[in-house]
Amino acid sequence: MDFLRKLLFLPEQASTIAKEIDWLHYSVILITFAGVFLITGVSAVFCILYRSRRPRRPDERRPPGPTPPLWAEIGLIAGLFALFVAWWGVGFWQYVRLTEPPSDTYDVYVSAKQWMWKFAYPSGSHTINTLYVPEQRPVKLLMTSRDVIHSFFVPEFRLKFDVVPGRYHSVWFTATKPGAYKILCAEYCGTDHSRMRGEVVALTASDFDRFLEQDGGGGPGDPESMSANASEPSLSLRGQTAAAKYGCLRCHSVDGSPHIGPTFLGLFNARVPLEHGGEIVADAAYLTESMMDPQLKLHRGYGPVMPSYLGYLQPGEVSALVEMIKSLRHPPASAPLQLPANRTFPIPDAPPLRPNAQESSP
Amino acid sequence: MSAPAYREQSSIPLEAVPPTEPSYLDGGGLMGWLNTRDHKRIGIMFYGAVLAMFVLGGSFALLLRLELLTPDRTIMDANTYNRLFTWHGIVMVWLFLIPSIPNIFGNFVLPIQIGARDLAFPRLNLASFYVYLAGSAIVLGGLVLGGTDTGWTFYTPYSETTPDRLFPVVFGIFVVGVSSIFTGINFIASVHMLRAKGVHWRRMPLFVWSIYATSIILVLATPVLGLSVLLVGLDHVFHLGLFNPASGGDPVLFQHLFWFYSHPAVYIMILPAMGVISEIVPTFAHRRPASYNAIAFSALGIALVGFLTWGHHMFVAGMSTIDSGIFGILSMFVAIFSAIKTFTWVATLYRGDISFNTPLLYFFGFLFLFMFGGMTGVAVATQSLDVHWHDTYFVVAHFHFIMVGGSVTAFLAAAHYWYPKMFGRLYSERVGLLCATAVFIGFVLTFLPQFLLGNAGMPRRYYSYPPEYQWLHVLATGGAWLLGFSVLLAVGNLIVSLRYGRRATANPWDSRSYEWLTPSPPPPHNFPETPVFDRGPYDYELSQEEVYARAYPR
Repeated sequence: MDFLRKLLFLPEQASTIAKEIDWLHYSVILITFAGVFLITGVSAVFCILYRSRRPRRPDERRPPGPTPPLWAEIGLIAGLFALFVAWWGVGFWQYVRLTEPPSDTYDVYVSAKQWMWKFAYPSGSHTINTLYVPEQRPVKLLMTSRDVIHSFFVPEFRLKFDVVPGRYHSVWFTATKPGAYKILCAEYCGTDHSRMRGEVVALTASDFDRFLEQDGGGGPGDPESMSANASEPSLSLRGQTAAAKYGCLRCHSVDGSPHIGPTFLGLFNARVPLEHGGEIVADAAYLTESMMDPQLKLHRGYGPVMPSYLGYLQPGEVSALVEMIKSLRHPPASAPLQLPANRTFPIPDAPPLRPNAQESSP
Repeated sequence: MSAPAYREQSSIPLEAVPPTEPSYLDGGGLMGWLNTRDHKRIGIMFYGAVLAMFVLGGSFALLLRLELLTPDRTIMDANTYNRLFTWHGIVMVWLFLIPSIPNIFGNFVLPIQIGARDLAFPRLNLASFYVYLAGSAIVLGGLVLGGTDTGWTFYTPYSETTPDRLFPVVFGIFVVGVSSIFTGINFIASVHMLRAKGVHWRRMPLFVWSIYATSIILVLATPVLGLSVLLVGLDHVFHLGLFNPASGGDPVLFQHLFWFYSHPAVYIMILPAMGVISEIVPTFAHRRPASYNAIAFSALGIALVGFLTWGHHMFVAGMSTIDSGIFGILSMFVAIFSAIKTFTWVATLYRGDISFNTPLLYFFGFLFLFMFGGMTGVAVATQSLDVHWHDTYFVVAHFHFIMVGGSVTAFLAAAHYWYPKMFGRLYSERVGLLCATAVFIGFVLTFLPQFLLGNAGMPRRYYSYPPEYQWLHVLATGGAWLLGFSVLLAVGNLIVSLRYGRRATANPWDSRSYEWLTPSPPPPHNFPETPVFDRGPYDYELSQEEVYARAYPR
């Protein structure tokens, strides 16, 4: 099978899903090849067998040719359709799995701009163009763009998804072995589209922990944040800063009491009833959507008064806000957090809402 | 209708003699051509204009392939490259492929194939030509003066924020769309109203069916595209905020609108090609098509299902999962209809009396490339596979197999097949066969490596690429130049034969289809006398003489 993979020039299989997808790939391509050569071959044979052997005369009549039996035609078409439906079924099933992340993912926020990738980790650090992930652990990317549409493509993972401004798309993958894999931008985005490349570096669990420890600020490829390394606050801390800066806390409480807007406490991953019926899980995608387009899926019982923060919030701040809300998941055991009374920006020495866990799993 | 008495002998000369009455080509001078309402002359004028666009778009492609010889700069910088692939796409799609077969061969052959003297609205037909010229001039002027580096798909918000100029180009495309609508309406009206006595629906040649299906798409889908790209242009100039999220718009909405036209547009390009093939196969096999109904109704099926598949361009764009599934399965239906056609063509060859001329060799190229393109289409409609292939060279190879391997091959087949009818001469068969082989080899060399590049993960629209992809690119570039030269040679063969070719008879291929009843080239009003048909277009069980007698009863 590895021979077949190399014959088809497929890159190595470095994610859990890659092997399964390649199986479907082999079957589709092999059957395609066989079918095309078979039918072309059959018609070539017809052309030789039934070639015209003498000049035609004007008074010549050709007897009408035989018509193939109807059952054969219908059987052929039905068989072909069954084959296509089988491919579609497997493909759709795999696609659904590609789009539904498991619950215990390690989340990284991706923001793309012309022509670079920025990765923000829950620990507060961020890297440019190089994404560090632990191997053997599902990683979820929450992606948005700051300017035009890009597309996050890692051939070795058989993974691609568009990165669209004003929207957050999430994809996930599990890297199966340590190594470095290309990130390519697959959606045309201007002059340096072809140079908007990066790398996914999959590390073993222990290496990854070491990366998180020593790399509080920026990654190796990010000189700008290297200098600010020491003073870089954690992501949820920056979320508090942003919440104060943009006045989120004027309407949203953090202690569980309802105010103009729903409280942040315990909001993350809670089931939220919607104004127009139904309910939704308040995951990162819903939270970011509600910042950008608050009236789209309105929490029942609250008025449509929140303005859109689209274009005001920087992508890093969005991920920081989400991380802060995430850190408020459980009712606090001790006394609720006391917010600074004046709510000015920046908040000096604001204590973390909770000891900030580096991992996000529940 | 009382049974007409048939003439003993046809008045149509079966031998190669110069026709006694003047043909549509004679007389009139320059103004006679420019002011003509004769569908044949308008078809020939389209021929000239569309071929010029083909040469232009092809030269862009050859320059692009030269640039891709090395992983970094070869002959141009990144911005020039980005403009060139945009120009290649825009010229090839809107100025060549969409008008090619319908406006040239549809215009020329369709009225004769329904036994009419002209199209229903001759003036509208001429207007279509001039509107096309005006639109093309605006597009080309806009490209040259304004740059335009958005890709032919104009994806927002990039297309609305690019520093290059955009509005003239999209306005030109809008104008060209108006020309398409004119032509589509004209064909639909002609098929409904102008069929000669005896040509009922099931006696229409299959080419007419496919042009009819194409016209339905042209009329229904083109307005959506015209307005969508115009809105993008207005958004670019006035920042209306329709498709740019920075001002409250939705970029994915544009993709829906764009593909609502541009996917059916694929069938605008391939359905006429299928029509050409459906004429060529019975003619050269000298056999009734294995199933007339299968070919005719699958054309309509493709035209209708084609409207419901646009979402398969957006599996990774952020559409809902269930939408992706629905668009995926609907796309499979197109493959089923295409398979019905393919099987019918092959079955038509069975127990035929096959003469092997250039158009039939092009049919073989078409058959192989179209099936390969179609089956890889099924592959990319399979969602999980598409996630890897989307926006890579695999997709580039797939649609070039359909657009070039299918449509352009059929275009060349049609150019050779109807050449005697259009110009009254025969092309050089030997050069024609040679070119058809060279086109096929050049094509496979160009685009087969691109499937492998796509598998390896090479994204499309890349000016520079990781060096491990280089040797496949070199192979593709070599193939592209071979393809370019063999197409030029094929066209050159046709041009040289205009003067030096042997004179053609009325029916050099011994076909039974209606257009071969008139002299080659036909007189201005198509038929020496008004035909009344008492037979179908594929009655090979009738002799040549009976075929004439049953069209011109006395």
